[in-house]
Amino acid sequence: MAADNSVLLGLVEEFVSGQVDSKAAETSTGVKNGQFTILQLVEALGVSLSSSQPQTRGRGVQLLSQVLQECYSSLSEREVEVLLAFYENRLKDHYVIIPHVLQGLKALTKCSVLPPGSAVSVLKSIFQDIHVQSLMLAERSCVYNILISLMESKEEELKGLGADFIFGFVQSVDGERDPRNLLLAFQVARNIIQRGYDLGKFVEELFEVMSCYFPIDFSPPPSDPRGITQEELVLSLRAVLTGTSQFAEFLLPLIIEKLDSDIQSAKVDSLQTLAACGLTYSHKELAEFLPGLWSSIRREVSQTASERVESAGLSALSALVSCLSRSVLNSDSEDVLQVFLSLVLKDCQHHLCEPDLKLVWPSAKLLQAAAGASYRASLIVSAAIIPALLEQYNNRTQCAHRRTLLEVLQGFVQPTALSRPADGEDSVLVAFQQSLCGVVFSALTESSAGLQVTATRVLSALGQQPGLMAQTDVEKAVDHLSRLILEEDDPKLSSAVVECSGSLAHLHPKAFISRLIPRLKEEILSGQSDAAVRQRCVTALASVSSLPSVVQESAPVLLQVLASAHTGSCGFSVEEVAAVCISLQKIAEHARDSEEIGRFFHDIIIPHLLGLCLQAALQTRDAGHSSPLTDKAVLSAVVPVMSTACAALRSESASRMAAQAVSLFLDGDVSFLPENAFPSKIQLLQSQAESGGLSQLVCLLMACVCSLPRSVEIPEIDRLLLQLEDLSCTCTHLFSFTSAAKCFAGLVNKRPAGEALDAVLERVMKRISVELENTSSAQRTQAFTLLLWVSKALLLRYHPLSTALTDQLFALLSDPALGSQAADGFGVLMSDCLDVLNRGCHADVRIMYRQRFFAENSTKLVQGFNSAEQEKKSCYLKALSHIVSNLPRQVQLTELPALLPLLLEALSCADQAVQLSTLSCLQPVLLEPPEALRNQLEALFSRLLALTTSPAMKVRIASLQCVHALSRLPEHTVLPFRARVLKALAVPLDDKKRLVRKEAVAARAEWFLLGSPGGR
Amino acid sequence: MSGGTRLENANPLIFQRSGERLLTATDEDEDVADPIDDREIFDILSKSINDPEHPLSLEELNVVEQMRVNVNDRESMVSVEFTPTIPHCSMATLIGLSIKVKLLRSLPDRFKIDVHITPGTHASEDAVNKQLADKERVAAALENSQLLEVVNQCLSTRTM
Repeated sequence: MAADNSVLLGLVEEFVSGQVDSKAAETSTGVKNGQFTILQLVEALGVSLSSSQPQTRGRGVQLLSQVLQECYSSLSEREVEVLLAFYENRLKDHYVIIPHVLQGLKALTKCSVLPPGSAVSVLKSIFQDIHVQSLMLAERSCVYNILISLMESKEEELKGLGADFIFGFVQSVDGERDPRNLLLAFQVARNIIQRGYDLGKFVEELFEVMSCYFPIDFSPPPSDPRGITQEELVLSLRAVLTGTSQFAEFLLPLIIEKLDSDIQSAKVDSLQTLAACGLTYSHKELAEFLPGLWSSIRREVSQTASERVESAGLSALSALVSCLSRSVLNSDSEDVLQVFLSLVLKDCQHHLCEPDLKLVWPSAKLLQAAAGASYRASLIVSAAIIPALLEQYNNRTQCAHRRTLLEVLQGFVQPTALSRPADGEDSVLVAFQQSLCGVVFSALTESSAGLQVTATRVLSALGQQPGLMAQTDVEKAVDHLSRLILEEDDPKLSSAVVECSGSLAHLHPKAFISRLIPRLKEEILSGQSDAAVRQRCVTALASVSSLPSVVQESAPVLLQVLASAHTGSCGFSVEEVAAVCISLQKIAEHARDSEEIGRFFHDIIIPHLLGLCLQAALQTRDAGHSSPLTDKAVLSAVVPVMSTACAALRSESASRMAAQAVSLFLDGDVSFLPENAFPSKIQLLQSQAESGGLSQLVCLLMACVCSLPRSVEIPEIDRLLLQLEDLSCTCTHLFSFTSAAKCFAGLVNKRPAGEALDAVLERVMKRISVELENTSSAQRTQAFTLLLWVSKALLLRYHPLSTALTDQLFALLSDPALGSQAADGFGVLMSDCLDVLNRGCHADVRIMYRQRFFAENSTKLVQGFNSAEQEKKSCYLKALSHIVSNLPRQVQLTELPALLPLLLEALSCADQAVQLSTLSCLQPVLLEPPEALRNQLEALFSRLLALTTSPAMKVRIASLQCVHALSRLPEHTVLPFRARVLKALAVPLDDKKRLVRKEAVAARAEWFLLGSPGGR
Repeated sequence: MSGGTRLENANPLIFQRSGERLLTATDEDEDVADPIDDREIFDILSKSINDPEHPLSLEELNVVEQMRVNVNDRESMVSVEFTPTIPHCSMATLIGLSIKVKLLRSLPDRFKIDVHITPGTHASEDAVNKQLADKERVAAALENSQLLEVVNQCLSTRTM
């Protein structure tokens, strides 16, 4: 004990007289592990604490405070009481001691065992003895922290202090300037307001001391370690100011005043604060200021050039209105909401009668914001506005006017989340239901496409609200839509009509089944209409088919179209047939959400499609007559229809699908196909000569079996794989052997790892190597294609063999015959394939396989490039640009420094495809350029500017876009190039192609603004 | 635009914007030369110059119309007539200057550029036309950094 005492005395001595700061830490460790007690420490400090020298006393208190900061949690209530009394007393001491006293108090107030009454006495002493604002930054922060901890632990006691507490706080915070302390002060004030402290007569004082910071204008120093943002300060001050309605009488005039400010952020902040008030205030506080607030909001919204101010103004208005809507009506007072809205209506309504003047839109938006704030508000506003708009519409004759009026009307028709009628309430528009429908139908018959487009939007909005369209109206609407589909050829209008039909068909399927579909069917199959009309009908059929009942009507129509295209009766072109398939695919996408649609595709559509294609292929072989269904563009369009539908099949029908497809292709089992008139023993997977005829149908096999869920077992898979391998290696028809390779890859990708898979892979790799090594072989391209797709299948699932395969691809880059194809192969490897091996087809695709591939292989590529002969280099560059342009942007940015020299090389490579793909991968990077680029600007500029006169138009355009993007780099880095760029860009201004000139004009304009006053 | 200042013309007429120029097959054909035409110059002017008072393009305010833009590519001539929103518009010279500068920056230098006010639409039409036609005065105006600043602001792409 005695030894401990002497140790402690030694520590104290060294800290106080020896000025060794580290001893404080040692002392607190000693206290913490029980070597000494606080009492012993105080005793040991005795001499220093009672010294006549303020510096010595200060040192003593500092040591005690620092120890307390470490050990406050282990103190007993008695100890705390004594220490508090000591510290409170020290607050009266010399000014050099005060900082340490406050530190000690801060530690003590964090104790959980504060004796009753201590909080009040601590605060009284602080407020009495200390002038907070003459303290330093850190001490002021101590005071705020003491307040915060006491508010947490001793709320009841502080509330007992009543207004004295508020007064004390107001006095201590008055004049605070540091943002860090302000955040603390705002927190104290927010606690005062939200936890229901009695503000007494100091409401205005508290408001004044807080509101002097409003609106906050703070730009943090560039290297601010605390990272306080303007946003943080704004939000915490706003929470204080809008926290209580007692501030209303002071805050609202202040907001009106600040809205007059010239600074945009002040305006936005004021409007947002006002919107926040709407949540806490009631109409009583607002009533007096409503006219002033309204005129400010109106002025801001109608005059501003900034969307931020406009949207802040609109949400402030909407908050005010919803606040007023919440107010409870007294029998004797007038309805404040009604009064306010009539003010709004008076100021805005007449602008709606001038549809060609600028203020029509701000006024409409204001009215819509007010109407959208509550159901009651929308009732009041609609009652006044809708009849007026309808009347205006009927009085005006110009299409442009009518269109504006209808666009305005559209904003009122669509209810917001707040103004949506509750259960049992009618839509506010019920009263105008008939006249609204009348106006929409009349607009649909106008000659102006813009007006008609707007009318379709209003129609969709009306159709989506229950009770606004009677059955007859729906039928009329459907008739109008069918007429527009058949007659109007404006692209914008037709897409609007199609979209509108889609949204209405979802709610009123019957009308579409009975009226629209038969009419379109008749038109398509009549054989008299032109291709554009038929195309619109087909698109419309796809867009209305989202419900099973509609699909069962519309999809057979499309099938019928394909059938008649096959027989050649209506003269459909190949493009049209492909477009029909695209529409079928859009319908098939709904199978994901509805099992019924999936089953319908499985039972009817897919067998029919397969049957049609097979018929077409057989007919071509036998009779020489060529059906569009044998064209590979059409077959490629049929593939996604089947694969989308198959991907959505549930387990049982999926297995059935697999079994049927496999038995058809392996054994020629045609029993499940409709109109069974096929010869038996068709051999679909034999490589027939030349034309490909039957063998190209292998793409349909791929569509059926490669997109099924992974859990589905494919029957006879080994025989199937062997046949596919044969077909892909021996067939001479490009489309057939590529499809076979893809199908093989799709199956391999999903096959579970194990001996069976290893055996298949070993066999196929051997076969590929043999074919490739034999440079005179006629089947090298086939072997390469199979290699490519198998590599992709394995790469996607991180199979260990994938490296061996991709290495083979790298080696082929220097092959004289296959080099260029191999380079393009890397594009296939890295991009998403649309018909197979993607996530939609349930393929095994690991995340970030591209990054992994790049990380493992980029060095190989660079080495290969460096050691290749001059004329082979372009293949490497092409491969590189394929790989890089498919990487995610984040990876591109990090990898660019290493690759930049190579990419710059690629820009000067003569191959235009390489130039183009390099430019397209550079351009997004240039928008946010990495540091490495800064050192290469000279080289980059000279290559880009040279390409602006390239013979290929696409290269010129892409290079100009890159030059444009470079103008956004930091000014000091690119300013040196300004004169040179402007001079070089003068040439493409006179380019013979307009699209090039457009880019040149845009780029040159930005470069002129660079570094020029008022530019940027 | 602060709340206090009043605009010269607070509620101007707004005109509908023409749509994007439709892309034709020849636009994408490498071998066909597309001459510079009225619509092209109109697009350059209407989409990229803002009115100094309103956040609106010159097209929406009908200051520039396609029928008042005349281009002759073969003779390298461009003539643009613009119509101030009100006859006493104090911004007329500035708008004219902005149009002129935009054309100077966007056209090959073989073109002769003529910018003037639509006859009968502005009180001091002649004075403004004379200023815009005088090469040296235009050059001198652009030496003035304050004026250049305002012109550049009109020509900056809209940021909201």
